[in-house]
Amino acid sequence: MDDSTVLRTYGLAKRFRRRWAVRNLDLHIRRGEVFGFLGPNGAGKSTTIRMLLSLIRPTEGRVELFGAPLTRRQRSALRRVGGLVERPDFYLYLSARRNLEIVAGLRGDTSARDIDAVLETVGLLPRAHDRVKTFSHGMKQRLGIAQALLGSPELIILDEPTSGLDPQGIKEVRELILRLSGERGMTVFLSSHLLSEIEQTATNMAIINQGTLVVQGGVSELLAAGEHVVRVETPDARRALEVISSSGLATAVRSTGSSIECDMPRTRVAELNRMLVRAGIAVDALVPKRSLEEYFLAITEGASDAVLSPPSPGKPGKEGGRRA
Amino acid sequence: MNTILGNEIIKTSFKWRSYISFMAIAVVVPLVEIALKLQGEGMQRNVTRGLAQDFFLLGNITNGYFVSQMIMNALWIHVPFLVTLGAGDQLAGEATGGTFRLLLTRPASRSRILLAKYTTTLLYALALIAFMALLTVGLGVILFGTGDLLVPGRNLVVLPEHEALWRIAVAFALATWGMWTVASLAFLFSSLVENGIGPLVGTMAVIIVFYIVSNVPADLFTSVKPYLFTSYLNLWQKMFEDPVPWGDVLHSVFVLGAFSIGFYAVTWYIFLRKDILS
Repeated sequence: MDDSTVLRTYGLAKRFRRRWAVRNLDLHIRRGEVFGFLGPNGAGKSTTIRMLLSLIRPTEGRVELFGAPLTRRQRSALRRVGGLVERPDFYLYLSARRNLEIVAGLRGDTSARDIDAVLETVGLLPRAHDRVKTFSHGMKQRLGIAQALLGSPELIILDEPTSGLDPQGIKEVRELILRLSGERGMTVFLSSHLLSEIEQTATNMAIINQGTLVVQGGVSELLAAGEHVVRVETPDARRALEVISSSGLATAVRSTGSSIECDMPRTRVAELNRMLVRAGIAVDALVPKRSLEEYFLAITEGASDAVLSPPSPGKPGKEGGRRA
Repeated sequence: MNTILGNEIIKTSFKWRSYISFMAIAVVVPLVEIALKLQGEGMQRNVTRGLAQDFFLLGNITNGYFVSQMIMNALWIHVPFLVTLGAGDQLAGEATGGTFRLLLTRPASRSRILLAKYTTTLLYALALIAFMALLTVGLGVILFGTGDLLVPGRNLVVLPEHEALWRIAVAFALATWGMWTVASLAFLFSSLVENGIGPLVGTMAVIIVFYIVSNVPADLFTSVKPYLFTSYLNLWQKMFEDPVPWGDVLHSVFVLGAFSIGFYAVTWYIFLRKDILS
């Protein structure tokens, strides 16, 4: 194993009674990455994070932190890790500072000055002596990040750190993450169910769905490179299909009923448009979407879309009429 | 270790729930003692009604020691409930609050955290019984003075004044030992559930059922009685016999200690393997 590996999982799996929450998960996070762990709600993100932080025991597979396996007996590697799992829960009847002292006591290497420093980092120093009970959700979330930063860990694992925050709060957390990664060289593992959030902060990413890894790699390679899915909306779908198919611009063409979808490079969309117009086909719209985004939207929103918006009654009829 | 234990003690002592039991004792003990004081002579008549048939009681038997011993007899069935109130929350409270995620993602091992929490539980029970002892005896002596201790019972025992105080002190110490077993059971239940009520109900249910089994004179029950820890919880009462049956006392101490260790071992086994889903 090379030195740059911070976190690695091998065939990680967790079964709750008869249901597999996570299956055969191989993750690889290297030093300095901001690693986005993306998946819809219930995909197994939190279960995975709980296994990474020793809260639950894997049914199969193993976790390696800094090259050493993490087990019940061997957990010293957690000294180099800070984590925030799901909701930021604290001892509400104790002050913010006292809560951090309790966490520091479990590390055993953190001074009063370190505690002030992390409170300063998240902007809670003025409220340090107030009971957490009086904190807003946003402040608890910041305190949650503060406790993850105690002892200057090399890796911080944040589970949905922006959930429940207002736009300003989301922006602050995003900036904080970029600062931790940029200025302090921390490796950040970040989970989210929003692609846009991962896209704005992460350098690398993995997508998980139904407990299984879908894809893993660099964010720019995964999102920018590769093919796009271009949706062509036109009243003359049948002819458009013929033209596109014979043009050789697209690697695959599908008719989805109301429109046509083609897999093709983003750079040649303008060319496609010119060709359709020259052939005398009226084009309502050309919508290029990155295939990964399309895929992710499908798994996150597809199910709810199907339930929430029934197919509009006009379209199939109109198309049927044109065919006849 | 000391920091972890210190923090556990801080957590318990800052929680207002921890003081419910202390408040209950702070209300009940003075209430009983003041009521007895106000009743004056009448109380002695009530307590010694049975004895008066066989003995002539000359002078005043009511004093601080006598009242303390009476209160211990009256309350020792209820004190387990008060101990459980604190002990049952030690682990379940962290699950309810979601704070296990704060504690158990650190390099400190679960064994160390569990030991700190168990120690805190025992200290809590100790503090509660010590508080009860000081309040009962202190207020008793202030209100009723000191004197020889008359122990009503099957055999009439009169303990001289110079022996009464240390016997009461050792009786409270033995009561603490018994309450540690109760606390250990509540602690065990606390590792199984995610709410504070479960351990409370569970422990009290066990104690009540065992207590009934111990006291119903059916042959079946008599044969299981030695295997129930509740049969040994009255060990402190032996301090008021004369002479003290030290053999019995030591036997009870040993059995209760074994139960406590057993309960802790089971808790440890469960807690180390527990998936934290809260």
